[in-house]
Amino acid sequence: MNDTLLSIRDFSVVYDVDPAVQAVRNVTLELRRGEILGLAGESGCGKTTLAYGVQRLLKAPAVITNGSVVFHDASGDDIDVNALDADEMRRFRWDKISMVFQGAMNSLNPVATIGSQLEDVFEVHRPGLTRSERREAVVELLEIVKVGAQRYRSFPHELSGGMRQRVMIAMALALRPQLMVMDEPTTALDVLVQREILKQISALRHEFGFSVIFITHDLPLLLEISDRIAIMRNGEIVELDTAERIWTDPQDDYTKTLLSSFPRLTGEKGMVLR
Amino acid sequence: MTLLEFDAVTKVYPVRGAGHITALDDVSFTLRSGQTIGLVGQSGSGKSTIAKILTQLETPTSGEVRLDGTPIPRRGAALRAYRGQLRMVFQDPFASLNPYHSIRYHLQRPLRLDHVVPKSEEDDEVRRLLERVRLDPEVVIDRRPHELSGGQRQRVAIARALASRPRLLVADEPVSMLDVSIRLGVLNLLADLQREEGLGVLYITHDLATARHFSDEILVLNQGRVVERGPADDVILDPQHPYTQELRAASPDPDAHFASASGIDGGAL
Repeated sequence: MNDTLLSIRDFSVVYDVDPAVQAVRNVTLELRRGEILGLAGESGCGKTTLAYGVQRLLKAPAVITNGSVVFHDASGDDIDVNALDADEMRRFRWDKISMVFQGAMNSLNPVATIGSQLEDVFEVHRPGLTRSERREAVVELLEIVKVGAQRYRSFPHELSGGMRQRVMIAMALALRPQLMVMDEPTTALDVLVQREILKQISALRHEFGFSVIFITHDLPLLLEISDRIAIMRNGEIVELDTAERIWTDPQDDYTKTLLSSFPRLTGEKGMVLR
Repeated sequence: MTLLEFDAVTKVYPVRGAGHITALDDVSFTLRSGQTIGLVGQSGSGKSTIAKILTQLETPTSGEVRLDGTPIPRRGAALRAYRGQLRMVFQDPFASLNPYHSIRYHLQRPLRLDHVVPKSEEDDEVRRLLERVRLDPEVVIDRRPHELSGGQRQRVAIARALASRPRLLVADEPVSMLDVSIRLGVLNLLADLQREEGLGVLYITHDLATARHFSDEILVLNQGRVVERGPADDVILDPQHPYTQELRAASPDPDAHFASASGIDGGAL
C-alpha cells in the first residue's frame, strides 16, 4: 500500500468574476496516509478554496483551470478525481472524503433528531443495510464520539455546542472515510471544549487511520495538532514542513510574520504595546 | 482614580421548575481610569452577566455597582447620563453594524444622540474618529459595512463606541472573530486609545493569551464566582487555582508544546 493518500498537482482555481481572481495557484501537495496536515493563512489566502476544490465542491464562478487530483484508495486503486462523472463523484464524496464544516454547530437540521440525521448517511450511501443495522451503526457512532446512544432521539437544540460538534464528527466518520477535511471545526467553542474535541480527533485518527486536512487561521492551535503545516498566501503554498520545523526554523518571511503576529500564552511579551 | 466598583454583586436567575441558578456569586472588583481588567472563563461562567448588569439590561439581585462612587441610576435622565459614560464593543463586527447604512451614518448617530458636537462640526468629528482608529476617512466614509474587511469593521465599531466620549469601555470578545494575524493590530489600537483617553476597559474573553497581553489585571470566573485574581502575568504564568490551571492547560501554547519536545500525542494534547 502506497504511503501517499492524495496527490495534488499544479492545482489552480480562478473565480471568474471581473476582474478574475486567481484563488489557488499551481498548488502541488502530497498528503500522507494518517497524517494531520494543517492549512494556515489569513482570510482570502485560498485555503478553503483549495480544500473544497480537491473534492470538486466549488460552485460557479469558481473554475478549476488546471491540475490533477489523484486519490490513492486503500484498495490499491488510484482514483482520478477529475475524471469521475457526477454519479461516481456523489459516491466518492463522504465515502472516501468527508467534511466537518465551518460553523458545524449550526449545520444540523433543527427539526430532526440526531439519530435520524445520522441514519440518513447510511440510507443514501449503504442502501443494502436493513433498518436495524442502520440503527446499530448509528448507536455505535454515538458511542465512539462519546455523545452516548441515549442521545439518539435528542434534537440539536438539546445538545451543547461541543456535543453538536461531536455529532458532526460522528457523521463525517460514518462511512469510515480515508480523509476528513475539517474547516475551522472548533472556532466557535470555548477552550476547554475545544481541547476535548481536538483530543478526540487525534485519538480517532489513530484508531481509524484516516488523514485530516485541518483548516484554520488559528496558528497556535494548528502548531499543536498538525503533523505538517502548509502556509498559504495569495493562493500559493509558501512553505510546507513539519509543525516543529515551522515553529523552530521557519524559512519563508511570510511564515515568520505570521508566527510573530499572535499573542503567546507563555512566551515573550511585547507584541501588545502597553 | 477609581472609576467603577463592583461591590459583592450577586445575580440569581429563576429557572422554571428548577428553582434558580446563581449567575454571579458575590463578585467584587475595582476598575481605575486607564486600567484594563480581563474577565476570563468558559461559556456560562458569568462574564457576560457582568456586562449585562453594567449596561442595565439586568439589575443585581444583591450588591451594588458604582460609577465614580455613585450607584447606577435606575431610570430617567440620570440613567441616560450614566449610559453616555459607557460603551460596548461586541464580538461580531458583521452583525453589529447595519448593512443598510454607510460608515458616516454609523458614526453620526451617536454624535447626534449624545449631543457631542454641534451639527456643523459633525462631519469633521466623523473624520477625526475614523483617523483615530487608523482608517482613511476618504476611503471608508461613504462605504457600507460589507465593503470593509472584518478588521476594518471592528475599527468602525470601536470608533462608534468612542464617539460619545465614554470613560468606560466593555469589550466582549472584540477580536475572537478576526484573523489571528490582525487581532494584535486591533488590540494595540484599543490599548493606544485607552492610554490617550484614560479609558477604563473591561476585556471579556475566553482567550487567555490575549487576556494576558492586553490586561493589567485578570479575574478568572467559574460558575459565577471569582476563583482567582491578580496581575495578568501572575495569573496566566503561575496559576494557583485548579480551574485556572485547567484553562491554561487547554489553551494552545506552542512555546511549551515544542519545549517539551513531545509529539502530537504526548504532552499537551
